[in-house]
Amino acid sequence: MSETASAANPIPVTVLTGYLGSGKTTLLNRILSEDHGRKYAVIVNEFGEIGIDNDLIVESDEEIYEMNNGCVCCTVRGDLVRVVEGLTRRKGRFDAILVETTGLADPVPVAQTFFMDEDVRAKTQLDAVVALVDAKHLPLRLKDSREAEDQIAFADVVLLNKTDLVTAEELAKVEATVRAINPHAVIHRTERASIDLAKVLGQGAFDLNRVLDDDPAFLEEAAHAHDDHVCGPDCDHDHHHHDHAHHGHDHSHHGHDHAHGDAVSPIHDVTVTSISLRGGPLDPKKFFPWIQALTQEQGPNILRLKGIIAFDDDPDRYVVQGVHMIIEGDHQRPWRDDEAKLSRLVFIGRQLDAEELEAGFAACAAKVKAPA
Amino acid sequence: MPSIAAYEFADFVETACFLKDRPAFALADGTLRLPAGGEKALTLHEGGLLAAVYDGFGRRLLSGGEDGRVVSTSDGESAEELASIGRKWIGAVAGGPNGAVGFASGRSAYVLAAKSPLKELAHPRTVEGLAFSPKGLRVATAHYDGASLFFPATDAVPTMLGWKGAHLDASFSPDGRFLVTIMQENALHGWRVDDGKHMRMTGYPAKVKDWSWSAKGKFLATSGAPAAILWPFSGKDGPMGKAPLELGTRGDSMVTAVACHPAEDMLAIGYQDGMILAVRFADSKEALLRRGGASPVRTMAWHGAGGLLAFGAENGEAGVVDIAG
Repeated sequence: MSETASAANPIPVTVLTGYLGSGKTTLLNRILSEDHGRKYAVIVNEFGEIGIDNDLIVESDEEIYEMNNGCVCCTVRGDLVRVVEGLTRRKGRFDAILVETTGLADPVPVAQTFFMDEDVRAKTQLDAVVALVDAKHLPLRLKDSREAEDQIAFADVVLLNKTDLVTAEELAKVEATVRAINPHAVIHRTERASIDLAKVLGQGAFDLNRVLDDDPAFLEEAAHAHDDHVCGPDCDHDHHHHDHAHHGHDHSHHGHDHAHGDAVSPIHDVTVTSISLRGGPLDPKKFFPWIQALTQEQGPNILRLKGIIAFDDDPDRYVVQGVHMIIEGDHQRPWRDDEAKLSRLVFIGRQLDAEELEAGFAACAAKVKAPA
Repeated sequence: MPSIAAYEFADFVETACFLKDRPAFALADGTLRLPAGGEKALTLHEGGLLAAVYDGFGRRLLSGGEDGRVVSTSDGESAEELASIGRKWIGAVAGGPNGAVGFASGRSAYVLAAKSPLKELAHPRTVEGLAFSPKGLRVATAHYDGASLFFPATDAVPTMLGWKGAHLDASFSPDGRFLVTIMQENALHGWRVDDGKHMRMTGYPAKVKDWSWSAKGKFLATSGAPAAILWPFSGKDGPMGKAPLELGTRGDSMVTAVACHPAEDMLAIGYQDGMILAVRFADSKEALLRRGGASPVRTMAWHGAGGLLAFGAENGEAGVVDIAG
């Protein structure tokens, strides 16, 4: 099938989530007013109190469409399909799209729209989901809504905003909460949503070529790897309140059987958990059927999934990512000589069975060849 | 051998049609281009056009835009504003008998019938598409979880035709017996209007983006597969229990646009790679009308006499094929 010119240069889409009053519109206006020479199309749910200074603003009613295929989590945002399809017909009118969601929006259908609808998928690429968190009010939000937690759990970048309104202790606690919900998001502390836009835009968070490359949790692991202590960021000792340099206990790396899961989060009101699986090279004949069956059965519980897989006899890194039941993967680049061929897989979701995931993952291990 | 008068526009061609025998192309930028016999451009919508359909009843082009206006033009020389609803996007337009016009924006459908004020039909969900029945008494709207049938001249409660999923557009069969919708999930759904009997038309590998009723309404031709899929609608149960006709099958491209010939049982098929074929229903005999292009064919329309076919592509390529050459 021939690809159109627009498919070669998909339009990047940044999704801004966050509760009412968390600073989404402030960030939006910062993005729009900065002198970057880029033209944006902005999709908002409603023209809010604060004006948005942009030529192309589209108002759309958040509307979730379930697909009639028997899958409860196959949802898209009907309004985004419509608006994005309308916007992308015209070339050169804008360079990127910003989607501002309401505080109550479920981020999953927003993201899935960019994977499930063929027209939207052909013309755009989801760049990142950015969640704004009101440092002062997050504990309250987590008590009274599941959306606030979902938005953090699903985010690639979290702006911990309004830091000027809380004490250092409160801030540390809120950041620990965010970390507990989502160990893999990049967190930035901000006042009045003031941030270097390079940290928000152009993240390529859903780009298979960059899966996990900028992941703070994995970067952290890489740093630890040198002192012979490899451990997941969400293992049961507390990363959030202690200096990372002082891992008190020692556990050696046993190839595929090292996995950690916060089955029960230490933070009250948090229901999302994250599970990191690690192992050696896997057997593709075992891994693909396992991950496919898993995402089919557990899809509704999986918010995000990311991984870098080492396959036996494959010189390339294989990267996977998923949202609910949607999973995609591709060969990324050859393993470098100085890299250990390790397989890593991260799940963020609810009601995830760490032991079962660990066992399933371990069973995908490639058979160790007898030394020649 | 057919000959082509080729045109190159700067923007996405949304709808090709003939207005008083002149080929006309409505572009997504909101302009209407009439390239034959001296270049002419008419601005229909400032800021861009979202929907444009040729209204076969009124022999005019109806369009809706980002400017919240609905306009019509029957000659391409001037446009008449039919309605304006502020800064909301008009996502769909439809023409009906006796000058009736329908359009949709957000969760409302609107009907403008002769000598009546604008009537708003409120919906619980977004109205994605709408269509008039051939006699014009009824308006069908497509929305999430089904379609609704209104008698816009009355205040009667609409008849809800339910079917789970998102319905994106609606069309009545030319005899008015069937209503068909395009769905988000690569399928069509249909109902027999009399008794609401369901018709499922599935199996498409891609979204259906274009459809066209054949001359006597015997078939509904559709895009969305490597062949044009034609569902038979002549029987009393419509396509139920019958295999569709597949025309112009290709292994290397997808059908993106279809247009049934106005008189004969013949179909123009436009593909993802810009190729256009004309295929006869009876024997599947194919004639090449356009070898290919740089972009998917978006829209095609036959001249009423059947000798000319206007087409437009997503990248602005367009043209008129003269079948006789």
